[in-house]
Amino acid sequence: MSPPRDILVIEDEPVVTQAVVMVCSEEGMTVTALDNAAGALRSLRENQFRLVLCDVMMQGMDGFQFLAELDRNGIQTPVIMMTGYSTVENALKSLAAGAVDYIPKPFTADELLTVIRRSLRSSALLEAAETAGLHRESSMSFVPCPDNYLKLGYISWVRMEDEGTAQIGVCDLFLKAAEGFMQLELSMIGEDLVQGITCAVATSPDGSLHSIMCPMSGKVLEINTDAQSNPSLIEKDPYFKGWLYRILPSDPENNLQWLSL
Amino acid sequence: MLSKKIGFKLTAGVVLTTLLAISLFAWFNIQSQSKNLLSEVERHARQLSEAVKSDTEYDMLRNDRERIHESIRRIGQQASIDRIRVFNKSGEIIYSSESAEIGTMVDQKAESCYRCHSLGEPLEHLETKERTRIFQPHPDSPRLLGIIDPIYNSESCWSSACHAHPETQTVLGVLDVTMPLAEVDRNIRHSQLAAIILAISVILILSLIVGLMVRWWIDRPVQELLTATRNVAGGNLAYRLTVKSDDELGMLGNSFNNMTDKLAQARLQLFQSDKLASLGRLAAGVAHEINNPMTAVLTYSSYLLKRTKGRPELHDDLQVIVSETIRCREIVKNLLDFARQTVPKKRKADINEIIGRAAKVIENQLSLGQVKLVMDLDPALPTVTVDANQIQQVFINLMVNAVDAIGENEGTIKVISRAINLHPTGVLQIKSAVCRKRHELVDRKFQVDAKPAITMRYRHKEQSGLIHLNPMYGSDEHQLAGLPPLADDVDLVCPECSTSLITEGERCPQCGAPIFVFEVPLKGLVQGCLRDGCGWHHWEQVESNWNDEFVEVSVEDDGCGIPRTQIPHLFEPFATTKGPKGTGLGLAVTWGIVDNHNGTILVESEVGAGTTFVVRIPVRS
Repeated sequence: MSPPRDILVIEDEPVVTQAVVMVCSEEGMTVTALDNAAGALRSLRENQFRLVLCDVMMQGMDGFQFLAELDRNGIQTPVIMMTGYSTVENALKSLAAGAVDYIPKPFTADELLTVIRRSLRSSALLEAAETAGLHRESSMSFVPCPDNYLKLGYISWVRMEDEGTAQIGVCDLFLKAAEGFMQLELSMIGEDLVQGITCAVATSPDGSLHSIMCPMSGKVLEINTDAQSNPSLIEKDPYFKGWLYRILPSDPENNLQWLSL
Repeated sequence: MLSKKIGFKLTAGVVLTTLLAISLFAWFNIQSQSKNLLSEVERHARQLSEAVKSDTEYDMLRNDRERIHESIRRIGQQASIDRIRVFNKSGEIIYSSESAEIGTMVDQKAESCYRCHSLGEPLEHLETKERTRIFQPHPDSPRLLGIIDPIYNSESCWSSACHAHPETQTVLGVLDVTMPLAEVDRNIRHSQLAAIILAISVILILSLIVGLMVRWWIDRPVQELLTATRNVAGGNLAYRLTVKSDDELGMLGNSFNNMTDKLAQARLQLFQSDKLASLGRLAAGVAHEINNPMTAVLTYSSYLLKRTKGRPELHDDLQVIVSETIRCREIVKNLLDFARQTVPKKRKADINEIIGRAAKVIENQLSLGQVKLVMDLDPALPTVTVDANQIQQVFINLMVNAVDAIGENEGTIKVISRAINLHPTGVLQIKSAVCRKRHELVDRKFQVDAKPAITMRYRHKEQSGLIHLNPMYGSDEHQLAGLPPLADDVDLVCPECSTSLITEGERCPQCGAPIFVFEVPLKGLVQGCLRDGCGWHHWEQVESNWNDEFVEVSVEDDGCGIPRTQIPHLFEPFATTKGPKGTGLGLAVTWGIVDNHNGTILVESEVGAGTTFVVRIPVRS
């Protein structure tokens, strides 16, 4: 078996493939591009890739079917979904189907690279943890996380409170993969957050911007000003003192289907 | 075709009836008249015959034949007498006013003899009325009336000197008087002629009057209705009838207008949903198609931007490409957001507060023109469960439209909020209904007023078919093509399992007709009267718990107004009147939002006078 390559791009639009290949190669990554999911599955059985970048809408097998096939074949390569039909449903469905991240088209070179690097780092962190003896599937966290936290992928968490309100925060793996937050841009009190849409933008030490997908829809009641003024607090205690928002959920029942423990 | 016109049919009916009536009347009249005239002649003849008998009796006894001849001839000369004759039992004419026939024999079968001699043995006695006969000796001659008077034997006859008659003979002979009926017949003919003239003139006058009335009261309104239906069938739903009368045709005209209004609304709604759906598909398609090339542009340009940091002459230009492509990305995203028409995120909100926020947003536009914003907000407005952002968008859109309608002129925008109560009738849509065996009756395939109808099967004698009820609670409207009107002996059943929907033993409290019942899942039973046009219905759970509270907000301007023909297209996407200034999505979005809140939006407008939009939102959704 040949040595693992960095990225497999599955995209049926040549101009997009070329752009992605160019951006990634320029960063020193090895890239293979295929225009169909069936071929990509064969390729994944034979070769090793560190990351898959897959379009949702394709002729023949689409992105969701591809994710399901990966799951059936026990292939654990992390997948980033990208789509031109960038709806909230597509984003949530991708994460629920096992994608590690989601990027709507069109994107800038930096937006793409930020997501790729973060995903590569998160899978490297998980692998390291696996070799260190931690069980991979049980939890994507390094910092102890209580049971009643619901998560949207490895990105964000929500904790339902007794008063009917809910707390929102960022998962520790996301933080680590982003290499910590230098700056945090939050929504205002009174604004409406929507599940699956960016609710905060964090700047990591290398200057890249990380969009944090909101885990639950609702109105912002309170902002954690401590975390805003001192983003390192989030890294220290992501599940308690490092919360971002307290919200009044508007449609919790519907939101729950996309969340996992 | 004249014979197909309702006016002609009606007039013909009236004329025929009149003709029949006049004919019958004339016939009876002439009949009785001729009877009277005849009996008069008959009486005269009888008197004459009596006179002749008594005049000649003495001469008979004396057997003075010359005098008898002379008397009969003299009397017979009178104009009103045809002839007088006396013949003996064997039929020999003994005396006659016409001397030529004296001595001749009369055939016993002749008209003057057959009364008595028709049955072999001659009769000896005749009833008075049977003595009279009317006959026509020749087809061309006038009719005659003859009266025969038997001359009976008496003691003086057989005891007289001449002994002409034996004692055993009962009837000695017959006196026969005939009189002409020419006068009578002429009178009858005159009466007939008069009756015919009367009939013709009555018919002429009557058909003229009836024809005019029909033309005025029936023909013209029907013609107008016909024009209107053709217009509406041709797609002109803005056509209105001018109703002039308050009779049945006037009512028909009013309900026609009503129907056209409803049709226009339904079409608008249908069209709207259709437009939004196709817009959604279009936007999704466009987004997908355009996002791929845009990905290439954005990726390449942002990549180049990174690599040209040291070369400001390239860097700045590339920066423009990147930022403008990102702007494109936002536009496409907004289009997708609009097309998706997301489910509103509702929570309790104060409508007045939302109006206030919307007014703040458009304040800039107000200061540009000389537009005054007048708010008349009901402080006691109940809070409503709405998506505040979406509803704010509704008010912003309506106020911006009002500002645009006023344009450069001075004007006033009035925003009025108030709480109103609406009866559930015509407001509440039945979205699900089941029979006793829980089969769904609301059928998406059939729509009344653009809403899925409640579909039942009716059975009437041998006939059976589907009936589609308007699902708006309280609506009596149904579609039932070419079938008998609903009546007592119609059975309504579930189309799926044929279980009857009629409640045995229960009757409509308004008209006593049978009632049908179905269940709205979790919301109780709905009862309705079966009789066409009664319209009684009862939904216990809703009638007792109905929250009829609505918040009504009207946005009124005194601007240019909207022409009637444009109103049906007002809520369609891309239907802008503002030219390049508008996107054509404002009112389409507004409509979508209000609809998502189970509310209604109405518009009233008069060109030159202004426009009022009325938004009604249920306090409890």
